[in-house]
Amino acid sequence: MTRAAEPLIHVENLCKSFEDGEVLNGISIDIKEGDLVSIIGPSGCGKSTFLRCLNCLEYIDSGTITIAGVTVSRTGKEKNLNKKFLEACHLMRQEVGMVFQSFNLFPHKTVLENVMLAPMVVKKASEEEARETALRLLEKVGLSEHIHKYPATLSGGQTQRGAIARALAMNPKVMLYDEPTSALDPELVGEVLQVMKDLDAEGMTQIIVTHHMRFARNASDYIVFMDGGEIVELADGDILFESPQNKRTKDFLRHLTEDVA
Amino acid sequence: MKHITRVFFSLFLLVVILASPLKASEKPLLRWGGDTEGGVPYMFYDPFNMDRLIGYEVEIMDAIADYLGMKAKFVQNGWDNLIPGLERHLYDVTIDGLEITPEHKEVVNFSIPYYSTFLQLAVRKGTKNIETLEDCKGKVVGTLKQSYAYFTLVEAGIQDIRTYEDEINAFNDLENGRLDATLFDDPIAVYYAGFNPEIVFVGPPVGRMDYGIAVRKEDKELLSKINEAIVYLRDSGKLREIYDRWNLWSPMMAEMFQDFSPRNVEASMFNYWAEHQKPEITWEKRINRYTSFLPILGKAALVTIKVSIAAMVLAILLGLILAMTKIFGPTFFSRIAIAYIEAIRGTPVLIQLFFIFYGLPNIGIKLSPFVAGVLGLGLNYAAYEAENYRAGLLSVPRQQMEGALALGMTRWQALKHVVLPQAVRVALPPVTNDFISLLKDSSLVSVITMVDLTKAYGQLATTYYDYFGTGIIVAVIYFLLGLPFVRLARWTEKKMAVAVKGGKTQKNSNSFVGKKPGSY
Repeated sequence: MTRAAEPLIHVENLCKSFEDGEVLNGISIDIKEGDLVSIIGPSGCGKSTFLRCLNCLEYIDSGTITIAGVTVSRTGKEKNLNKKFLEACHLMRQEVGMVFQSFNLFPHKTVLENVMLAPMVVKKASEEEARETALRLLEKVGLSEHIHKYPATLSGGQTQRGAIARALAMNPKVMLYDEPTSALDPELVGEVLQVMKDLDAEGMTQIIVTHHMRFARNASDYIVFMDGGEIVELADGDILFESPQNKRTKDFLRHLTEDVA
Repeated sequence: MKHITRVFFSLFLLVVILASPLKASEKPLLRWGGDTEGGVPYMFYDPFNMDRLIGYEVEIMDAIADYLGMKAKFVQNGWDNLIPGLERHLYDVTIDGLEITPEHKEVVNFSIPYYSTFLQLAVRKGTKNIETLEDCKGKVVGTLKQSYAYFTLVEAGIQDIRTYEDEINAFNDLENGRLDATLFDDPIAVYYAGFNPEIVFVGPPVGRMDYGIAVRKEDKELLSKINEAIVYLRDSGKLREIYDRWNLWSPMMAEMFQDFSPRNVEASMFNYWAEHQKPEITWEKRINRYTSFLPILGKAALVTIKVSIAAMVLAILLGLILAMTKIFGPTFFSRIAIAYIEAIRGTPVLIQLFFIFYGLPNIGIKLSPFVAGVLGLGLNYAAYEAENYRAGLLSVPRQQMEGALALGMTRWQALKHVVLPQAVRVALPPVTNDFISLLKDSSLVSVITMVDLTKAYGQLATTYYDYFGTGIIVAVIYFLLGLPFVRLARWTEKKMAVAVKGGKTQKNSNSFVGKKPGSY
């Protein structure tokens, strides 16, 4: 793997703990623009928390995150969250789009309104501007026929594609996905993954926490394996799956194949 | 959301503007307080023309004001609260068969007596063994609460005393056997029971009571002017004339005024009232009578509506602030909101109204009856609305907030555009229901001098001896007033359901309850 001198995402020594213990234990990683990165690992390994930290939905305890020039940093000695830190978090969220496992779209708005809302509220875009962007993005994710529907009447796959369009409307530098296909019926998974592949082709930087191993292996530029709040191994998909270097990776993959079999 | 707030706010302004009184009068006003409910023959609305206030005390006040070059203006207040209302400057003087007693004199000054009377014992026709107060021992006796008659009964050692707000109910109970006897001021007994063939007066006059006009302690000058007017009216024979017309002259009065001349004015007002007491009433007359109620009830219904809507607007806005503070506010403010909600929900709204209207003036805050009523009900219901909103807010899955934050919204933007609109959908049906309760609770404002539907009911029912027919009419009006809101509740529920039906927001497994994620 060759790395650009200026990675789009730079994470250094990130630590995060909850009341019941440490979840992230010194994570460091650089991700360059245009990469599609999958994060895998056993449940409770901290992969979702790591993703949420990148979007400041969880505030880090210590360490540094830099995304597209915005830096969020704590030494771990501050008692309270200071204003500067919170402002940086707010800025960072504007650079980062995120799609969750469920409860994604706002149920009281139509698909179109869902996509138009954030640009109008946050970026003060005009209604025409927001509508134009929204229509273009909804076409891209294949929802042109459903723009006036309420989320409750959509299928899970359509909801997730709508959520992707909504996040893209803010023109993010990075897209994060927290198990975007886990709550979907198997036949709907493909349409969501296809959207992510299309975005990858356009050069979008994407990080995906997933249990979908085949997608991780085939579509990702590289895979990050996490366990116990640490990055255990980072490698190209084929390499990781065929010749994992670390014992913990081997155990995880072996259990996985046993489960499948 | 924005639209709803705007509509409510303009409604609120409109109500405030409608409620502000317009005054135009050249002569200085002499504002006097009294209670028209059960007020015959003191002060009451003419049964043949409900716009006209009549009564011998109305005539006395007009005569006094006339003598002083002033214009008498009546101010309605409940009998129990006439003296607190005087101290609160709702009016300059109060008159309503108020007895000059040592207890009363501790708080207010009284004019010289303008009328003296006694108590009259009454029993059901055919009662054999009750002729004096002494005979009432061991019997059930009814009278007005906190009146001279009540204290007389207590002193006479009567054990079973039933007290009433309205004399008419006492006489009804005497007639139907719930009471064995009643003891009332003579004018009340004569006017309310004198025409009832089932009730007879027995025994000699009991006790003696002097009626005086109450004036605030500090208004010494006004007191001497009123005394001067009473002396003039007495000596010029004008008072005697009034008493004759109302058939209220008695040997006791002759003694008091030292006037033993025979009557030379007809008891015209007494006869006028007697005309109204004729028992045979045709359906046509009854319908005409009820039709004549409508303007009064309409006016009263307007008061009910104005107070209810203004109070609800206040409750909805304040409730929202309370709920947001309780859930999202810093600990200190959150605790204040919790304390407020608990304190308000834990005390009766009646006490709160009394406190705001009669209590706050002690620390220099004087509010008009309308403002006090709106504040009392609004502050009370705000606590309940806050809980409705809280339930609504907690029903929104926390991922909705996270989703909005992830899109770069601030917490406030996320609340405003994403969480609140969903919470309101859940909270709206109970909020609308509360409005229907508030509409009914607004009847409590009658204790702070407002004439709303309930007060109007009391006035009409006691004037016409008709709690039944009037009651049905008033109940129907309340029902019709509430009906649009029942429909509104159903409509909102249906409309809101469109967006959420079968959707994911109804599942509560991932809601806020009990946890506050770090990003909040």
